[in-house]
Amino acid sequence: MPNVTMTVNGKKMSGNVEPRTLLVQFLRETLGLTGTHVGCDTSQCGCCVVHVNGDGIKSCTILAVQCDGADVKTIEGVANGDELHPMQAAFREHHGLQCGYCTPGMVMSALDLVKHNKNPSEPQIREWLEGNLCRCTGYHNIVKAIKAGAEAMAKARP
Amino acid sequence: MTARLIGDPVRRKEDRRFLTGKGHYTDDINRAGQVYAVFVRSPHAHAEIKSINTKRAAGAPGIVAVYTGADLVKAGIGTLPCGWGVKNKDGSPMAEPPHPVLASGKVRHVGDPVAVVIAESKAAAEEAAERVDVTYKELPSVTAVDAAVKPGAPQLYDAVKGNLCYDWHIGDKAAADAAFAKAAHVTKLDIVNNRLVPNAMEPRAYIGDYDRATGEHTLFTTCQNPHAIRLLMGAFVLHVPEHKLRVVAPDVGGGFGSKIYHYAEEAAVTWAAAQLGRPVKWTAERSESFLSDAHGRDHVTHAELALDLSGKFLGLRVSTLANLGGYLSTFAAAVPTYLYATLLAGTYTTPAIYAEVKGVFTNTVPVDAYRGAGRPEASYLLERLVDKAANEIQIDPAELRRKNFIPKDAYPYQTPVALAYDSGDYFATLDMALKAADYAGFAKRRDDAKRHGKLRGIGLATYIEACGVAPSAVAGALGARAGLYEVAAVRVNPTGSVTVLTGTHSHGQGHETTFAQVVAERLGIPIDQVDVVHGDTAKTPFGMGTYGSRSLPVGGSALVKALDKVEAKGKKIAAHLLEAAEADIEFKDGKFTVAGTDKSKSFGEVALAAYIPHNYPLETLEPGLDETAYYDPKNFTFPSGAHVAEVEIDRDTGVVELLKFTAADDFGRIVNPMIVEGQVHGGLAQGIGQALFEECRYDPESGQLVTGSFMDYRMPRAGDLPSFAVATHATLCTHNPLGVKGCGEAGAIGAPGAVMNAVLNALSTVGVSDLQMPATPERVWRAINDSKAAA
Repeated sequence: MPNVTMTVNGKKMSGNVEPRTLLVQFLRETLGLTGTHVGCDTSQCGCCVVHVNGDGIKSCTILAVQCDGADVKTIEGVANGDELHPMQAAFREHHGLQCGYCTPGMVMSALDLVKHNKNPSEPQIREWLEGNLCRCTGYHNIVKAIKAGAEAMAKARP
Repeated sequence: MTARLIGDPVRRKEDRRFLTGKGHYTDDINRAGQVYAVFVRSPHAHAEIKSINTKRAAGAPGIVAVYTGADLVKAGIGTLPCGWGVKNKDGSPMAEPPHPVLASGKVRHVGDPVAVVIAESKAAAEEAAERVDVTYKELPSVTAVDAAVKPGAPQLYDAVKGNLCYDWHIGDKAAADAAFAKAAHVTKLDIVNNRLVPNAMEPRAYIGDYDRATGEHTLFTTCQNPHAIRLLMGAFVLHVPEHKLRVVAPDVGGGFGSKIYHYAEEAAVTWAAAQLGRPVKWTAERSESFLSDAHGRDHVTHAELALDLSGKFLGLRVSTLANLGGYLSTFAAAVPTYLYATLLAGTYTTPAIYAEVKGVFTNTVPVDAYRGAGRPEASYLLERLVDKAANEIQIDPAELRRKNFIPKDAYPYQTPVALAYDSGDYFATLDMALKAADYAGFAKRRDDAKRHGKLRGIGLATYIEACGVAPSAVAGALGARAGLYEVAAVRVNPTGSVTVLTGTHSHGQGHETTFAQVVAERLGIPIDQVDVVHGDTAKTPFGMGTYGSRSLPVGGSALVKALDKVEAKGKKIAAHLLEAAEADIEFKDGKFTVAGTDKSKSFGEVALAAYIPHNYPLETLEPGLDETAYYDPKNFTFPSGAHVAEVEIDRDTGVVELLKFTAADDFGRIVNPMIVEGQVHGGLAQGIGQALFEECRYDPESGQLVTGSFMDYRMPRAGDLPSFAVATHATLCTHNPLGVKGCGEAGAIGAPGAVMNAVLNALSTVGVSDLQMPATPERVWRAINDSKAAA
């Protein structure tokens, strides 16, 4: 079995995996990072979005071996210790989550959006979330949270 | 002074763990030595199982065990029980064919499990499952409910004639017929309530475990009601007594009804774990969820409304075929009967109602309660019918509704279909919704749209639902095989913090916050001193779980009763400590005070005295401050409301754009408005999804599920929906201590009618008068073009 090594949330992690192992399986099963979720088998739901080398990606669409040497960030690496990231705090403030299952993917996707668009409008947020399904919130409060999160991030920037 | 908490949008206690990836869902759990289960499922809609050969699978790498239906029968495993018995018109019981854990003899829908393969890894189990050789003799199948009742239709069960589970009715047929005989106008409607797949984002997952030393079985499960699963699985399927069976439902990623039922896979992994002495884990793939989670809705109905000259409703006749799928799921029998036809009075004074419902077996996944469960079907039917009547007799749809609303001073109001509404004000919610939606200004917007070549429509729906399920004696008389009370324990810890144990279950609803608000306000302690525990039969007393918007109306009422007991005992303790008469002790803002004095003891001091009873009336009072209460509701609760949708349709493409959605709902007292709004938003998205996008389809020839993944089943996405305008108007529930009614299902109940009435309002200008859900671009485009062709 090939050995893969990647930097996950700032720490070097490695493991032996079957070549067919998906990144999401490596994160959940080998590294025990179960914050990244699996909600479908057709790469539609977006529950498994993580960042690889700074870009948002559905971690069910890439093999662990393809991420050898990569820099990976998961939901577990977003907060600063006990302090929520402004995007996480905005989701809490605006009730942008209910059951919490799609939430990690939503937050990671939202952070990816802000990387591309510092001040997204409601239609832009809705369009960006095309690849993230939520069955609880009707998206209303997720959209509000992402808008507020983006604004808070802009303010926090020096 | 303690802050008032009931009514505040307190931010949720549970969010931190979900936002940081620290949620604890079933698939996140791994047990030492665990093995993995994969189910072999029928590829056919209807077939005889001629043989199952497991030899090749048994030799596969990493294989641990293969079990078939025959193995379970040999082990004496029971079949999956139905929790509700419905009677036929003639009083005879419904047909209740066995629902085996693994099919034996016959398979009755695509996805019906026939064997379970257990291996050292999931991949090994998947590969071994490919090597289970099942020989089937295919049989003709029937998936559509109207086809299944036709003479000559394929029959699912030898013992069930005409695929008919039951032929049930409610109401007064003679009175309804008499109303139609004297009607000035009769509106008729044939209507389909499209089949839906609930699709909670977390797929079902189970881990069975067994401790040989103690003989205790444990099931970790994605369920909404762990005690009910323990009872059903222990007593009826595995024959394990409750004290040797623990069911844990940790964080659960959405349910919407689909995680109420006792599923075959739960029993299979629990049983297999004991056989193997190793934990057995199963997690559904999404495509497997489509093939095995209970579906929702799927009615075909003919309805008639009789009106007098002034537009007053005189009578309603409804005849419904309800698809139950291939087997009876846990609540299946009750959904199209007691949760549907009893709601057919809606918000109206219709004096005579008669409804008949045929529950029908078909070669499809079992159908059971999905968000709203019966009530969306009733509301959609009524509101489409009322709008059609308004069009036919040329009266404004809002006006026709007002003319027939139950008056504000008519409560308690006894409907002709069993229910007695305790409170409501349908005029107020309708006025609120119409105002917020600018109903009066619609004509101008329609004309503007017309100038841009678009068809614009506005539609409204009112609804009533029966929540807070349910008074046990009433439910029992109607065929329920369980009580429907709820339990709460308030465990005051020695230093004054509180642990609440509830029989309800939160899978997104935020009970950890709302229940804590109720406790913190009542006891005058900080909310972070209150933790709410749910979802583990080893921790919580026997409760019935969460569905039917029952958690706060029933579970919250049990909580208030337990708090009453805590306060009462606290007063006794304080009276002793303060050397005063118990009757003179007042409890307010976290302090027990001797009335009219400044002598007081804090809640924390009283708690400490209860556990360190050095100065304590031990002769008359037990130590400790830990009170449990059960609450059996006196009646259902009756949330209601009015919803308004506004749409624009592109006549060239048939695309419906939902521009605005307004909801005005009456949920009684609101504990956390932020959470309530979130519940409404989510319900609306599901209701709008039903109206515009979602439809579970089977191929009528092969019986194959055509919409078997998120590629084919059209889930609503962020870009499909507008932001919603939601508001509430409270009339309090008169029979529970919090005055609460429940809010979980409202959106899914009101939205389909409002959206479809808006779509039909827009299409009426091009001659289209009828359309079934979902109003997909293709269906709308065809309707426009067919009507052009006919003109």
